[in-house]
Amino acid sequence: MNNQDQALIFELSTHGRIGYSLPEMDVQELDLSGLLPEGYLREEDAELPEVSELDIMRHYTALSKRNHGLDSGFYPLGSCTMKYNPKINENVARFNGFAHVHPLQDESSVQGALGLLYDLQQHLIEITGMDEVTLQSAAGAHGEWTGLMLIRAYHEANGDLNRTKVIVPDSAHGTNPASATIAGFETVTVKSTDKGLVDLEDLRRVVGEDTAALMLTNPNTLGLFEEHILEIAEIVHDAGGKVYYDGANLNAVLSKARPGDMGFDVVHLNLHKTFTGPHGGGGPGSGPVGVKADLIPYLPKPIISKRGDEFVLDYDRPQSIGRVKPFYGNFGINVRAYTYIRSMGPDGLKAVTEYAVLNANYMMRRLAEYYDLPFDKHCKHEFVLSGKRQKKLGVRTLDIAKRLLDFGYHPPTIYFPLNVEECIMIEPTETESKETLDSFVDIMIQIAKETEENPEVVQEAPHTTVVGRLDETTAARKPILKYQKA
Amino acid sequence: MKHRYLPMTEQDKKAMLETIGVSSIDELFSDIPEKVRFKGEYNIKAAKSETALMKELFMLADRNADLKRNVSFLGAGVYDHYMPVIVDHVISRSEFYTAYTPYQPEISQGELQAIFEFQTMICELTGMDVANSSMYDGGTALAEAAMLSAGHTKRKKIVVSSAVHPEYRDVLKTYAKGQYIEVIEAPVKDGVTDIEALTALVNEDVAAVIVQYPNFFGRIEPLKEVEEIIHANKGLFVVNSNPLSLGVLTPPGKFGADIVTGDAQVFGIPTAFGGPHCGYFAVTTKLMRKVPGRLVGQTVDDQGRRGFVLTLQAREQHIRREKATSNICSNQALNALAASVAMTALGKKGVREMAAANLQKAHYAKTAFKEAGFEIVNDGYAFNEFVVKLNKPVKEINQKLLQKGIIGGYDLGRDYSELSNHMLIAVTEQRTKEEIDTFVKELGDLHE
Repeated sequence: MNNQDQALIFELSTHGRIGYSLPEMDVQELDLSGLLPEGYLREEDAELPEVSELDIMRHYTALSKRNHGLDSGFYPLGSCTMKYNPKINENVARFNGFAHVHPLQDESSVQGALGLLYDLQQHLIEITGMDEVTLQSAAGAHGEWTGLMLIRAYHEANGDLNRTKVIVPDSAHGTNPASATIAGFETVTVKSTDKGLVDLEDLRRVVGEDTAALMLTNPNTLGLFEEHILEIAEIVHDAGGKVYYDGANLNAVLSKARPGDMGFDVVHLNLHKTFTGPHGGGGPGSGPVGVKADLIPYLPKPIISKRGDEFVLDYDRPQSIGRVKPFYGNFGINVRAYTYIRSMGPDGLKAVTEYAVLNANYMMRRLAEYYDLPFDKHCKHEFVLSGKRQKKLGVRTLDIAKRLLDFGYHPPTIYFPLNVEECIMIEPTETESKETLDSFVDIMIQIAKETEENPEVVQEAPHTTVVGRLDETTAARKPILKYQKA
Repeated sequence: MKHRYLPMTEQDKKAMLETIGVSSIDELFSDIPEKVRFKGEYNIKAAKSETALMKELFMLADRNADLKRNVSFLGAGVYDHYMPVIVDHVISRSEFYTAYTPYQPEISQGELQAIFEFQTMICELTGMDVANSSMYDGGTALAEAAMLSAGHTKRKKIVVSSAVHPEYRDVLKTYAKGQYIEVIEAPVKDGVTDIEALTALVNEDVAAVIVQYPNFFGRIEPLKEVEEIIHANKGLFVVNSNPLSLGVLTPPGKFGADIVTGDAQVFGIPTAFGGPHCGYFAVTTKLMRKVPGRLVGQTVDDQGRRGFVLTLQAREQHIRREKATSNICSNQALNALAASVAMTALGKKGVREMAAANLQKAHYAKTAFKEAGFEIVNDGYAFNEFVVKLNKPVKEINQKLLQKGIIGGYDLGRDYSELSNHMLIAVTEQRTKEEIDTFVKELGDLHE
């Protein structure tokens, strides 16, 4: 550690300090060695820090200042829907009756919690146009895997044992092919056309009797609506496959087009994206899965049902794929999403998408003159630029991203999707004002000009952050993954 | 449409449409084919004002029997523990909770360092070399450990003790089905894994043996014996462990565990009706490059300053796609932060003291039940849970206990047919002597 470094909590530790206040020890204490088998009483204490409560608060406050959150500034991270995280959600999730309820209590004592989940399911059924929803999956990727396991169970129940392949577009999120593998499938890639949409010819070529499913994000990761969605669904359905909707981009189509009406059989949502999670620095999320009627029998156990006026956990599901998670999903995140939906209402959710799309198109048009626009048509909630022009001047997309840090912005998603060179993927969301969008665009234009006039300032960025560019190569070659006492 | 989360004014909208070169927002949706276009608005509940919604949801929450108003003896994998007040203050800092995954390390040093500290603390408690940044929960962490074992050993069988949490085993089976892996359950004898039966089940086709420590019944598994059986057959030794218990128990790493998983809910994370909690995943150095999920590593910047980055990403889905070791992307970062704060608050002394208090109070309660004439089933060395035999259905008894403000234990008959009318009772450091005595008395009255 040198004196410029932020101390680790272990480096602040001083023997003899404490930061806790445990309940009184009001029963007779026995010798621990008599309460455990020989050899099972821990000899050396775990080296956890010894610090006071104020030390802890100062430490984490210092760390928080070294972190950029959505409340710190604009966060136009494509495909991540970094919209405002309403504060009422946080309050509601902390109500004793939601935060401090045990999942294995008698059903009669958790009717409020079950009622909320049931009503959230009903709302998501309407929003997605599906026939049933499970709230069990913990995150988007977990939802993908759950959905694919449902599809596998469906095919197997039909005696269709040779459907071993899942088709994903070349623009798909990395989780799609990874989830397919974990669910026991092989992945086949379908190409995009030069217009950025699924190549129908190529799709016809790759579908067949071995197709289990096609996974699709719509609008896709380029921010473009798959206009031929009905044909796509038909091609896959005719081959006997199912069509899977990756809900990462649902913010683009709320009240405009529902997956269930587009021919999708299974959908997962990312409640931490579209429905204000929040993201928590990487989680927890929630990834509910919606299905059409023919897949309902396979949904994971338990299902939350209503019998008369009572909400129950239904475990009697003989064809279920089984459990995908202990208990009932990330309840706390589901409470936040429910609170958000109830804060917005039907007209609010419609406006969400309209403004998200308006904002993206506005930024795209303002930036089109300064950066290459690979797909020159209306985008949905996000759009991609290419840094090709800047690359020729020696400035990479990575440099542009790092330069944005100097101005207090979180950069857009970069180098994704993979089918666009030097990709910059921008998603403003609906909660940002025109002033914020304009300021960001102005800085992007300034960086484009710097690239022409003074490229070093971009290439060497960032200049104002607490650390500069970090040596990731050494980090991977000689991994240091925990604190070691000097 | 005016809404506090939507800042656009009519004037803004007009100017923006002009820049785009369209006359209405509708035009921006002209690429959605008429046939799939949704007309009108969703048939969902109308929006409520902040005040009205808060009131409605408060009343809804109030319909649940919560652990603040009631005295809980329910555990079975989720526990009512001391939550240092400071935890919620730290995780409520919006620089943490409104951030995305730290993909831009220069402006994410706070989160990255916090995870690095979390990884260190998990290694310390488990006695392992490497820990990742978190998993969804203990159940999926355990399932991923089985998948890693199968991949690493190129074997297709997993032996799991029946004394592992029933819901975790169910999750394991679902994951195993995805990967065409066979799961074999080893029987329990006298409350712990039957070593003789386990020896007979394990051979060189078995990728891993999984036990829970302390097990689902609260008992201390003989890790030494289990380790010898699986390692003699060159499979991996996987231990699912309550990390609080490791304040007093010899860590699984000392017994030669290859993978240790579990849930850090015990450290500052509310029960929250089952989630979000916080899975952890720790391994030996030799398995470092096969770990699922994110890892944070220490490095330096161009001026030699210490910094932290996401590292060894070649394992992960966004790089490796279909060849990734796992599909996990979002994890439980904020809850890992909560657990870190709680582990920090407890510190070296506190974690031992808290673990010991669980042991002492559970032992006191068990003794009190014995003295009151109850039969303790499969009695033996335990952490903070034990099994009491009742003469009535547990569900019926629990409903009556609740009327007295007590949340009773877990109904073991749900998972073990031979244990109907058996209650798994958890006693944490939170329970006072008076609460324990009252519980014993009330249960005694209902048992008559």
